[in-house]
Amino acid sequence: MTVAPGWTASRFAGRIALRTAAGLSLAYILLPMVFVVWLAFFAQEIPSFPPEGYSLKWFRTIPGNDRFVTGFLLSLEVAVVATAVGLILGVPAAVCLVRGRFFGREAVNNLLLLPLIVPGIVLGIALYVFHVETEIATGWPVIGSLGGLIAGHVLIAIPWTVRLITASLVGIDRTIEEAAQSLGANSLTTFRRITLPAILPGIVAAALFGFVASFGNLEMSLFLVGPGRTTLPIAILQYLEWKIDPTIAAVSVLQILFIGGAMLLTDRFVNIGRVV
Amino acid sequence: MARLRLTGVTKCYGDFKAVDDVSIDIADGEFVVLLGPSGCGKTTTLRIVAGFIEPTFGEVCLGECNVTALPPWKRNAGLVFQSYALFPHMTVNDNVAFGLEMRRMPRAEMALRIAEALRLVRLDQFSDRLPRQLSGGQQQRVALARALVFRPDVLLLDEPLSNLDAKLRQEVRVEIRELQRKLGLTTVMVTHDQEEALTMADRLVVMSEGRIRQIGSQQDLYERPSEKFVADFVGRSTFMDGRMDGPGRFVSKGGLVVACEATGSGDASLALRPERLALMLATAPAMDNSFPGAVEFISYLGSQVDLHVRLSPQERVIVQIQNRPEQPLPVIGEQVRIGWSKSTGRVFQA
Repeated sequence: MTVAPGWTASRFAGRIALRTAAGLSLAYILLPMVFVVWLAFFAQEIPSFPPEGYSLKWFRTIPGNDRFVTGFLLSLEVAVVATAVGLILGVPAAVCLVRGRFFGREAVNNLLLLPLIVPGIVLGIALYVFHVETEIATGWPVIGSLGGLIAGHVLIAIPWTVRLITASLVGIDRTIEEAAQSLGANSLTTFRRITLPAILPGIVAAALFGFVASFGNLEMSLFLVGPGRTTLPIAILQYLEWKIDPTIAAVSVLQILFIGGAMLLTDRFVNIGRVV
Repeated sequence: MARLRLTGVTKCYGDFKAVDDVSIDIADGEFVVLLGPSGCGKTTTLRIVAGFIEPTFGEVCLGECNVTALPPWKRNAGLVFQSYALFPHMTVNDNVAFGLEMRRMPRAEMALRIAEALRLVRLDQFSDRLPRQLSGGQQQRVALARALVFRPDVLLLDEPLSNLDAKLRQEVRVEIRELQRKLGLTTVMVTHDQEEALTMADRLVVMSEGRIRQIGSQQDLYERPSEKFVADFVGRSTFMDGRMDGPGRFVSKGGLVVACEATGSGDASLALRPERLALMLATAPAMDNSFPGAVEFISYLGSQVDLHVRLSPQERVIVQIQNRPEQPLPVIGEQVRIGWSKSTGRVFQA
């Protein structure tokens, strides 16, 4: 095969340019994380460069800090329940949106993505006002309740679950469903035995992203937590109001490890890269 | 296995009739091929039989049972798709087992039936593989085993060979046909490939624009096409436009007077099969029709050669001749004589 002169050279240059751009972008994304991790091991209380020495003491103080521990547990509880509810609502919603042909389908689709678009502060205030009005109208203790907090987090999990499950439903070969039906499986059995396993990677990815969105949410949660009920991001914020020692960096490192670990674990079972 | 009857089956999408008044009666154990260009309604017809599409009008009867309103899972039809549609997360064994599971067959009996079906398609060594670990031809055979294992009343094949390469296609063609004969399966296959259709079918149904154009055997379609579309679609034909000028006399637009066996009058076209035309040597006996012309193009196909010969400013015919060493081939621009008997040309009235 003959190659036009200059073609390989320009292709080579293009490849270099692409790799450089990708490398720079990646560095830009990773740099803050690198600094956070570095900071967590500084010995001095006031973060300043260069570090005066390295220490693990900030990590050792975390288990003793009640706010961080209870905040972590509450965030975990809220994120797990919100993600589960988000999936229970998201899977049927995605099926209807992909398979159904009904009036207002696009509108519903956009409505379900709205919590992702509306700023968290606005969402939080709106829900807070709604809770206040509901409590006044009905007398139910809604303001600052665990139920209210979880309901809010379901709202931010839903766009992720619906979007990701929709994507994997669109991607599956519908003839395998028809094959199942021709073999004697009714619609429900077909969904359970064929469709659900086929979209499992999408469901796992949806769960992961819903969980991360909920676990890290600060702005909306600020308006929904009650007395003595703090999520981890809020505990971090409150700590920062008093101190700026590397404890926060240490907590962040643990959070990064926790979520990174969850991602690696799920990636072992399903290839998330195929879905997202 | 059972007889399959379609009566007046019509499917409308708005004003568009995807399938228009299709009636076919398929005998128990018969292999019928629906043949036609893409968009002719053959796949829609098959999907109506399978139950994925409900016809706007008409009935589908399987055996003694009117299945028109039944969902796919209540019809006992085995289906093989163009894409095979194997369940990607299940092994070969589980794929084949699926239909039996749905019929709540006891485990022990199921194992026997699966083994039998896999042996039939020569894949008994592969029962633990996943579909993606198999070649295209093997996947195709799993799909076939899966469709046969529950002993369907009818086997439906939707372009089952079009994803296979040419050589494999020839083999699988024979394999499917032999299996179908052995098991006495009532079978409907859809294809746009006429060679495939001609080699496999007991009977062919030629469709275009949602309608049945002709039903018949290979010979019926080839020797006695009912209309110009069939003459063009099945085998090769070159056409001359013109009119009938009295019984047995066709006059082409370019002024050729052709003897034929048709009667009637008015505008018509004459279809000529390339292999029925002869290149006449100087010593050859006279024929019903013979015209001089210049060779304009030659396709050398090995065992045979196509000559494109200009008979008049408006008419050019293709003549297929056998490539024999004793007969020198004409060259482009050479003047030749082309002849054919009056039974060769088929006339279709406009």
